[in-house]
Amino acid sequence: MTQVSYVSATRVYTKDAPPAVDALDLEIKDGEFMVLVGPSGSGKTTALRMLAGLEPLDAGRVEIGDRDVTWVPPKDRDIAMVFQNYALYPNKTVAENMGFALKMQHVARPERDRRVREAARLLDLDDMLLDRKPKALSGGQRQRVAMGRAIVREPKVFLMDEPLSNLDAKLRVQTRSQIAELQRRLGVTTVYVTHDQVEAMTMGHRVAVLAGGKLQQCDTPRHLYDNPVNQFVAGFIGSPAMNLQTVPLADGGARLAGTVIPLPAAVRAAASQAGLHELVLGIRPEHLHLADGAGEIAGEVMLVEELGADALLHVRLAGAGDQVVTRTEGRRPPAPGQKVTFHVQPDDVFAFHPVTGARLAG
Amino acid sequence: MSAVAVRPGRTRAPGPQRFREVSGKVGWGIVAWVVGIAFFLPVLWMVITAFKPESAAETWPPRFVFSPTLAEFRLVFSGWGPYVTHSAIATVGSTILVLVLGVPAAYALSVHPVKRWRDGLFFFISTKMLPIVAAIGPLYVIAVKAHLLDSIWLLIILYAAMNLPLAVWMIRSFMLEVPGELLEAAELDGAGRIREIREVILPVISPGLVSTALICVIFAWNELFLALNLTVTNAATMPMYLISSVPQEGLYIAHLSAAATVASVPVIIVGWIAQRSLVRGLAMGAIK
Repeated sequence: MTQVSYVSATRVYTKDAPPAVDALDLEIKDGEFMVLVGPSGSGKTTALRMLAGLEPLDAGRVEIGDRDVTWVPPKDRDIAMVFQNYALYPNKTVAENMGFALKMQHVARPERDRRVREAARLLDLDDMLLDRKPKALSGGQRQRVAMGRAIVREPKVFLMDEPLSNLDAKLRVQTRSQIAELQRRLGVTTVYVTHDQVEAMTMGHRVAVLAGGKLQQCDTPRHLYDNPVNQFVAGFIGSPAMNLQTVPLADGGARLAGTVIPLPAAVRAAASQAGLHELVLGIRPEHLHLADGAGEIAGEVMLVEELGADALLHVRLAGAGDQVVTRTEGRRPPAPGQKVTFHVQPDDVFAFHPVTGARLAG
Repeated sequence: MSAVAVRPGRTRAPGPQRFREVSGKVGWGIVAWVVGIAFFLPVLWMVITAFKPESAAETWPPRFVFSPTLAEFRLVFSGWGPYVTHSAIATVGSTILVLVLGVPAAYALSVHPVKRWRDGLFFFISTKMLPIVAAIGPLYVIAVKAHLLDSIWLLIILYAAMNLPLAVWMIRSFMLEVPGELLEAAELDGAGRIREIREVILPVISPGLVSTALICVIFAWNELFLALNLTVTNAATMPMYLISSVPQEGLYIAHLSAAATVASVPVIIVGWIAQRSLVRGLAMGAIK
């Protein structure tokens, strides 16, 4: 059983600056694929490096499988890490790169070779490549060697620091699913850092969203998408991003584009309790349904982005003139300049506190 | 439709500007040639003189037509044996010592810097600021007391000390170029300090090490002052041989030129190799 826990783990780089990671509490279950996601400077990489032992903790502790490893050196933590730039030893062959950790553990040569070959087969690395130097490999092959180096160790935890960011878009999508599939097969607890929310959503069993060194929310991709706890998570998860508009409160709801969007009683109660006159309304692009003139929200199409299966409409709302993005069926999208109306389900509307960003919910 | 496109832009600048560009280039070209020839001419003169008979070497006006001879070279090769051996031992020995000491020192000042590493770094280079003349008295006394006067070991130690500061600075800068992730990967893989240096850092910085070694070789080979003051016969080096080829009386220019030419050949070869690996060493940051 290898669960990983961060307990109030804190890292401060400079005394007067806010902590890079601020009292992080996170439980990662045995065999789980946990993705740490956030914009740059959110502390996700620092959090991973704290788990790896490459970054000391200023407060709190880190545990791997019930063992406090806060002050255990990296090599004794039984972990393996895949670096963003792969960090392959340029003078060693692929096989030597993959077997280096085993050599350090004094694993006998035949056993080492066997495990390297096994890992290579697992990753579809040609046996021929094993004798080459990293310089002679393509980007995708290097990525797989870096993965192989981690697998060969048979560690308790895999740590991955944006391992796909140096691949081109097509290869990234392909490798993404391969890594997820490999993790499922090996069943090894994995912590994966990325800034790409699509990667986070598609790969993670659970996703931890970080911002400003603080954990915002940790949940399954589905829950994160359906129930963001604050405006940051709502805006960060989902592509294109959720439409967020600061709007005045009105009787029974909030005023948007000359109409009143009804809000649940619980939300209205929360807003009035907080003494708010306005709030931030959040609607996902796919929840703005084109309604052939019968919808309550009116606007004018400014730009159409054709994606094939569907199309994105950039629409300027009537009245205030704010722009929103909506997703619509790709076959016959409205043309730019066309007047359109939308319908939105009251259940699909999120409301956030305009200052704190916290979700106002019943 | 014409296939010839009129291309605007810099392909042909207007008259006066173009003239200025071209004349500027030509001007710098002339300056470069003049400076280059000024530096090269004495060397060329030395090599030409080395092939002259002694009688033709020191005439005014200088003679360009003469029957070349290898007599002076033969003379040089008959007497240079001990000197070139001493020089080779002192040069190679001190360079090895520099690398053996310089790599760990540079490591302790870059990859895992010790406390007050900046002070250490400046202490090293500050030893190069003192004129060596100021130290020769104490050095002489130490050499006498240690029974190392006129010993090749003394030159090995002193040349190593002389080159070490520069070598530490150079090797340190190469080590700083080693990507941090590579060192972290080694740490995670369980490599200790020695393994880290030997299997990860050294292979990456090897072009830099080669250029450092070559520079140390050149400096040690050319060193005269310490050798002149601290050795007599048992450890006398090539530069001392040049001095000894100047006799008390009689003509010596051709002989001296031949000896100087012979003494220069190794450093010219090493310099030529160093130039290529120096460029590689200095460009190391780019091959990450």
